[in-house]
Amino acid sequence: MSLLEMKNVTVSYDGYCVLKDASLKLESGDWLMVVGPNGAGKSTLISAAGGNAPYTGEILIGDKERTAMKAREIARRVGTLTQNHSVGYSFSVRELVGLGRYPYRKGIIGGKDEDDARMVEQAIQDVGLGEFADRSLLTLSGGELQRAFIAQLFAQDPNVLMLDEPTNNLDLIFQKEVFDLLKKWVAQKDRAILSVVHDLGLARSYGNKALLLDRGTLVAYGDMDSVFSDDMINGVYKLDMRQWMSKLYSHWVN
Amino acid sequence: MQLHKLDKNRISNNKLPHWEYLAFIAAVFVTFIFCVSIGTVKLPWTDVIHYLMDHVFGTVHEYEVASAPQIMTVRVPRVICVALSGMSLALCGCSMQGLLKNPLAEGSTLGVSSGAALGAIVAIAFNINVPFLTLAGPTVMAMLFAFGSIMLILFLAYRLDYSLSTNTIVLLGVIYSMFISSIIMFITTFASEKIRSITFWTMGSLQGSTYTEALMLLAVLLICSAVILSKAEELNAFAIGEDNARSIGIDVRKTRLTILVAVSALIGTCVSIGGSIGFVGLVVPHMTRMIVGPNHKRLLPATLFSGAVFLMIMDLIARVILRPRELPIGAVTSLIGAVLFVFIFAGTRRNTR
Repeated sequence: MSLLEMKNVTVSYDGYCVLKDASLKLESGDWLMVVGPNGAGKSTLISAAGGNAPYTGEILIGDKERTAMKAREIARRVGTLTQNHSVGYSFSVRELVGLGRYPYRKGIIGGKDEDDARMVEQAIQDVGLGEFADRSLLTLSGGELQRAFIAQLFAQDPNVLMLDEPTNNLDLIFQKEVFDLLKKWVAQKDRAILSVVHDLGLARSYGNKALLLDRGTLVAYGDMDSVFSDDMINGVYKLDMRQWMSKLYSHWVN
Repeated sequence: MQLHKLDKNRISNNKLPHWEYLAFIAAVFVTFIFCVSIGTVKLPWTDVIHYLMDHVFGTVHEYEVASAPQIMTVRVPRVICVALSGMSLALCGCSMQGLLKNPLAEGSTLGVSSGAALGAIVAIAFNINVPFLTLAGPTVMAMLFAFGSIMLILFLAYRLDYSLSTNTIVLLGVIYSMFISSIIMFITTFASEKIRSITFWTMGSLQGSTYTEALMLLAVLLICSAVILSKAEELNAFAIGEDNARSIGIDVRKTRLTILVAVSALIGTCVSIGGSIGFVGLVVPHMTRMIVGPNHKRLLPATLFSGAVFLMIMDLIARVILRPRELPIGAVTSLIGAVLFVFIFAGTRRNTR
């Protein structure tokens, strides 16, 4: 049984089709990189899978259709990280991360148990925000804020993470840290990641599968090497990618 | 690089500590005694306490001012109604600010209060009544119009701007309020014999409130605040962002509808008893947030208490400042609220820049 499966998912806004007939499957241990130029429908794919965009087709979470599941049931299996966080009120990091335990609350009042508190502290430690736990979100830098949201996902402990540009606005060191963190996370049992990544170098190094989109259409899907073949990539990006990447990194090799 | 001022007090834990509850309850009680004792005839605070004891515990006391009991039969229900209205309006503002992630959201800025006032006015002008319940006509109409107003404004806001930004909502609220006041003017022209009671609804006043009204308000407040307080964690998630709320497994649609129904029932009841009283739901949650932080588990209960204190003081000012004439309470809250709001707004902008 796959952790997440999309079958012929199509998304249209006002009659304009932004994602057409996308199908994919996530098995345990998969890190599927969704790549493609701007406007290819990458974010839309994540939105549809996260329930943030109206779609036709089927999305199976585990063995159940998404639409037949309760919101909390979905949240225990799938966690979504969206782009652009603007925080209006001065919640603390711990309060934000603590919300990740929401799908596990029992009863109307929803008392917290010690497991919850422990997982929250662990998640905060994992993303390296230990000393920031009581800080207001308004005082964090972009990178720290992104890590706080990732900690919330870790506390939520789903099977599948769906990440839209997880290292947007992060400098190189944080990029490496976050990707290493996610690599460790996905290596555990029954876990998979579906992520949109602009940086093809990062995508190729960390993912094991890729999905190439162009103007809403799925161009290639499968193992990293088959999708990142010269024909596919060059055709979509209209650029000799191998030459460009070699030139870009030539100063760093030797 | 943005610089942020770190305010230790605004970082909050999950629950309000016991001493804070005690402090809030004490503040409400002291303000209550103070507000009952002051008025056209000044009463000693001991008389107020004796009066309350006589009525609650059945004791018998001598009064220093002979007419004290007669004066208090009028003042006590009024101040109770004021306190309950303050609680309700502040709670409504607080939950809407969380729900819409918008620090400017409130009954009067969203046009919900004026919508509710229109409902009550329509009921009076056209003699709409619920059978067997004489008070209920304006109340039910005010609730229905309050809910209708919220739904209409949110529907328009979503159509214009899916992200529900502060500017869109406030702008729509202002436009909607103007639209409503023009309709109220039309009705006033056609139902001129009822002009006095119609003016009362638009200005707001709790003069002559009765125990019956206090009981009705208390009943609605008990139910609605229970609903809203049980959604404290959901409100936290909404205050961080609707997408985030959805991601952690909140049924966004259902939660939003539940809270909006509770809010419109409360605003409708308040408006039907005291007319439209603006700015309470805007200023009180802001000030309370500065004391207890943004976590709704602490903020919502704290807002109830501070709302009561705030409106009792506003009502006192309305009663005594131009003694023996009395100002409409809505005029006082708007005047003081608007000024306070400028300062608060300037403060929050300094903090978030």
